[in-house]
Amino acid sequence: MKILVPLKRVADPDNANKVKIPASGATIETTGLEWKPNPFDEYALEAALRLTEDGKAPKVRAGEVVVVTFGPKETETTLRAALATGADRAIRVDAADDKLDGHLVARALKALVEREKPDLVLMGKQAVDGDSNQVGQILAEQLDYPMATFAATMKEEAGGLLVGREVDGGVITLRVKFPAVVTVDLRIVAPTSVYSMKTAPAFKYNDGVRFAALPAIMAAKKKPLAEVKLADLAADQGLRVTYHGFQAPPARKAGIKVKDVTDLVNRLKNEAKAL
Amino acid sequence: MATPLHETPEHEALRREARRFAKAQILPNALAWEEANEFPKELYKQIADAGLHGVGYPEEYGGGGGDLSHALAVSEEMILEGKSVGTVVGLGSHAIAIPPILACGSEAQKKKFVPPVLRGEKIAALAITEPGGGSDVAGLSTKAVRDGDHYVVTGTKTFITSGTRADIVTTAVRTGGPGHAGISMLVIETSTPGFSVSKKLHKMGWWASDTAELSFDGCRVPAANLIGDENSGFVPIMMNFARERLLIAGNCVAIAELAYRESVAYARERKAFGKSISGFQVTRHKLADMASRIAAARALTNEAVVRSLRGEAVTALAAMAKNTATDMCMFVCDQAVQIHGGYGYMREYVVERLFRDARLYPIGGGTREIMNEIISKVEGY
Ligand SMILES: Cc1cc2nc3c(=O)[nH]c(=O)nc-3n(C[C@H](O)[C@H](O)[C@H](O)COP(=O)(O)OP(=O)(O)OC[C@H]3O[C@@H](n4cnc5c(N)ncnc54)[C@H](O)[C@@H]3O)c2cc1C
Repeated sequence: MKILVPLKRVADPDNANKVKIPASGATIETTGLEWKPNPFDEYALEAALRLTEDGKAPKVRAGEVVVVTFGPKETETTLRAALATGADRAIRVDAADDKLDGHLVARALKALVEREKPDLVLMGKQAVDGDSNQVGQILAEQLDYPMATFAATMKEEAGGLLVGREVDGGVITLRVKFPAVVTVDLRIVAPTSVYSMKTAPAFKYNDGVRFAALPAIMAAKKKPLAEVKLADLAADQGLRVTYHGFQAPPARKAGIKVKDVTDLVNRLKNEAKAL
Repeated sequence: MATPLHETPEHEALRREARRFAKAQILPNALAWEEANEFPKELYKQIADAGLHGVGYPEEYGGGGGDLSHALAVSEEMILEGKSVGTVVGLGSHAIAIPPILACGSEAQKKKFVPPVLRGEKIAALAITEPGGGSDVAGLSTKAVRDGDHYVVTGTKTFITSGTRADIVTTAVRTGGPGHAGISMLVIETSTPGFSVSKKLHKMGWWASDTAELSFDGCRVPAANLIGDENSGFVPIMMNFARERLLIAGNCVAIAELAYRESVAYARERKAFGKSISGFQVTRHKLADMASRIAAARALTNEAVVRSLRGEAVTALAAMAKNTATDMCMFVCDQAVQIHGGYGYMREYVVERLFRDARLYPIGGGTREIMNEIISKVEGY
């Protein structure tokens, strides 16, 4: 199986207090921010690796995982980390962070999918910076591929996947035929969430995203990393989403202590107007 | 914290994995494990599975490759993000127990003893110090008498890190006459009859790490476990100390950095006289002094590491780095407690523990005074 995993780097949410907005409000100041891979993309990569290795001996590769990111040269750090974790090959689409939106990324990915011809595009359900939750859906639409979003489980079957999605009140299982687009949710990295046809039914993965050991980090330096120009993938680089301004959220006011339940109900009714 | 000049993007990738491990596996349990005076044994396997236990050791013996600089990067992140120095040093006792085997052991010994330790299946400790003295290594008295294919070992070792749970103990013994020329190194499996843990010791700091007194009472150790030649143990012991001192200096820089970070955050938050205590110039200057001393000790430690990796003899420089870093660490942790006021004296606060942890460092791995003896000798006065 060949899987394409798009990855995005995001400002480390643990350092959200370092996000600065200049007085003009025109942009978000990104210098000095620490970057890390979008967590949902890491889950997608972990799931992709699980689908492309022999579960009996999980280190044996039995497929190909290609990772792709959009961004300037520095974003290659994100790709090298993915290669260290186990991806086979990487592609960086050279682009400026602020000249991209979900629609453009999806259009460019479409062209890349047509070149690479993966069986599956596996991606995070959303990036934790903009929380847009769009690219997977737009990409599937553009490619006219079957799509399953928010996957919590995946089981490979001949020519496709059974995808479990958690919804209110239960789990929906979708059968998607390859080639397909699947976006993943947090639970996809639980020990028994992903089974390829080669994985023994009793096999349990370690919970979460695997660690990259030093030999793999070293080996990742030598794995292929190609650069592609955005223009080669998308002739029209117009943006559908433009930003009109940025503003820091208002500082939180100190809380109050209520006397008793009656006081609470009164305040909810009269002050918060929530009742 | 600026990235050390000698580090590569691969160091950063490794640091990221160490941070991830420490945040997930150590941080949530740091206080509990420190208070319990123990961390769970499974952690050895977990850290090995994460690929972090064998960093700095050759891949052919189950290690992760890389060198001292990689090992230091890992332990720094583990301390900074795990916030339990005791856990990190307990997990790290193999860093002093394994190198003598790798440096002077036979191929068979390396194959037998090293991989299970680096896989996290066995725990290794180093036993040099005795109740009668630690600084005077050449005067140690634990005896090993050859009897056929065995050495019969009798004596006591104390202050041994990971001693209560160790499976193998790299032990300094006297096989010959008095002085350094009569010392050998033996790998002793703790399942050997005659070996016992006579005491789990209660300490000022490093609570999550167990420290033991060990007894050897007619303990019959196969002669095949002798590291190198008989009576040639002193040199590997001294080589090992030089490396340990760089690890210790690195630990001190990490501990101080953690105390500093905790203090900066606290100073911003804590209000007195209607403003943040960081609003007082005296607090800001305390923090500035802390940051400056950390930067100085870090620079010296990194220089010693780089020179050591280049193959230079760094005996004196490592001793200087150790003293500089341990003094700095005690100063910084003391200031950190001061900035925290009464809370700095309370056990739930990280800096309280770091203050106690810091006190060990001018003692363990060769005392501050012995470091100065070494520097004096090398300098020739
Ligand atoms: C928590 C902890 C963990 C440890 N872990 C280990 C371990 O895993 N393995 C191990 O083998 N050891 C370990 N040690 C022991 C440590 O290395 C020794 O405590 C140290 O070497 C000092 O030895 P000592 O305690 O016997 O002090 P002594 O040697 O008795 O020294 C007492 C004092 O006299 C001073 N002194 C001694 N000789 C001289 C001199 N020539 N000139 C000037 N001053 C001198 C010393 O500097 C010190 O201030 C550990 C100790 C501690 C506290």
